[in-house]
Amino acid sequence: MSLVEIKNLTVRYSGIKALDDVSFVVNPGDFLGIIGPNGAGKSTLFDSMLGLNTKYDGTIKFFDEDIKRSKKYLKELGYVPQKPVFEKNFPATVSDVVQMELRDESKQDRIDKVLRQLWIYDLHDRRIGDLSGGQQQRVFIAKALINNPKILILDEPVTGIDQQSTDLFYNILRDLNHRQKITIIWSSHDLDAVNQLANHVACLNRILFFHGESEKFFSNDELVKQYSEASMQEHMRHH
Amino acid sequence: MSFEILTFSFMHRALVSGAAIAILCSVVGLFLVLRRYSLFGDAIAHSSFGGIALGLLVGIYPIWTAYAVSIANALIITKIKDKYNISGDASIAVLLSSGIAVGLVIIGLSGGFTIDIFGFLFGSILLVNVDDTVLILALTGIILVVILVLYRQILYSTFNEQQAKVSGIPVEKINYLIVFLAGITVVTSIQLVGLLLISALFVIPNVTAIMYGKGFKQTAIISMGFSIFSVITGILVSYVLDITPAGTIVLLLIGLLAGTMGIKSTGLLSRRES
Repeated sequence: MSLVEIKNLTVRYSGIKALDDVSFVVNPGDFLGIIGPNGAGKSTLFDSMLGLNTKYDGTIKFFDEDIKRSKKYLKELGYVPQKPVFEKNFPATVSDVVQMELRDESKQDRIDKVLRQLWIYDLHDRRIGDLSGGQQQRVFIAKALINNPKILILDEPVTGIDQQSTDLFYNILRDLNHRQKITIIWSSHDLDAVNQLANHVACLNRILFFHGESEKFFSNDELVKQYSEASMQEHMRHH
Repeated sequence: MSFEILTFSFMHRALVSGAAIAILCSVVGLFLVLRRYSLFGDAIAHSSFGGIALGLLVGIYPIWTAYAVSIANALIITKIKDKYNISGDASIAVLLSSGIAVGLVIIGLSGGFTIDIFGFLFGSILLVNVDDTVLILALTGIILVVILVLYRQILYSTFNEQQAKVSGIPVEKINYLIVFLAGITVVTSIQLVGLLLISALFVIPNVTAIMYGKGFKQTAIISMGFSIFSVITGILVSYVLDITPAGTIVLLLIGLLAGTMGIKSTGLLSRRES
């Protein structure tokens, strides 16, 4: 049984297709890198998968159940947004932020455990707004992991973060996938990182340009060239 | 200053009611401030003006009609804001002006009852009777229990609505609940500082407490402490000096805010750099 099954997903905004007939599956243990230029529909795909956008054609299934029928799948999901938006002076410590996600209040000890796992226990009583971008992003991973999710979804999580923090972040993701067997669905602009980390690639440009093993994508110069050209065209169109 | 005033039963009622309202306003106000809804309390209070005028006109206890009109107005405006994508500050302006407009028209139709209105505009905490005190304590208890039970959901949807939705929290329902609780809190608190100064109790202790750089629960406790201190001291000082309690309470709150800003400017409250 696949963990996620997306079939003929089409999303329109004001009549224009943001996603066009996208279909793919995610199996247990997969580390799926979703790549695509700006405006390719990556965030639209995530919004639809997370139940934030419900106006779409096609079906999205998690654990073999249509997400329009049941929201139970959200309990098995950890989500790390692109850039967490919150009030800079919000009076919440790192522990407070992670605790917000903790569904079972009897498991408070998990907070310290997950903070240690991500090397941010020393920051537990610091306000979230006082941390650097890289530290904040690790807090949001801790938050996403606090309920022992089966699937972790990350939307371009290293945007605006320095290289050292980015490398640390990638090591954490690799560890989560390899050791803890958490299935990861991750969107990124960084082709090199996707090549190194992901075992599957979904290449999106409103349509699904490629989906399969990352080795097959990155070893095929023609595919990579086509993707790069499409990205460049999209980049020029936006600027 | 004589301790004799502490033997008066009206003073007992005022202090107990005042302390309860101080706790209630600082707790509900913290969520409003963090949702960038600082003036929402003010708007609900102005909206209650129409309800108070209506009660006086038809001969119903004005606080009851104020509850009905304020809560209904606040929920309707919130619904309109969501449906037509009106910004928060604009919806607050609509709520604020509509309540005053309704009140003024009703007063005009009735030929005027300005003396009765005065107590609601500026508060009359020393005049609260036993029934008022019981009502204030009961509502404070109920609202605090609701907030404690739904603490995680309310805090999370205040922190980040989108992530709270992904976590399965019914954010829209929580938003309406906050508006509903704010409506009850405002009208309950009108007797303390009046509808013109009510937003001070919602905003100032919380803005002051946030400057101390602590976590959420500690910030809430600091805010409640400042609020209770200002209300109790304000009631006692204003009685001794024969001045208005509402103005005294708000000036004390502003004094605490100014003092905190002073301490912060010396660097004593600066947070550790990351």
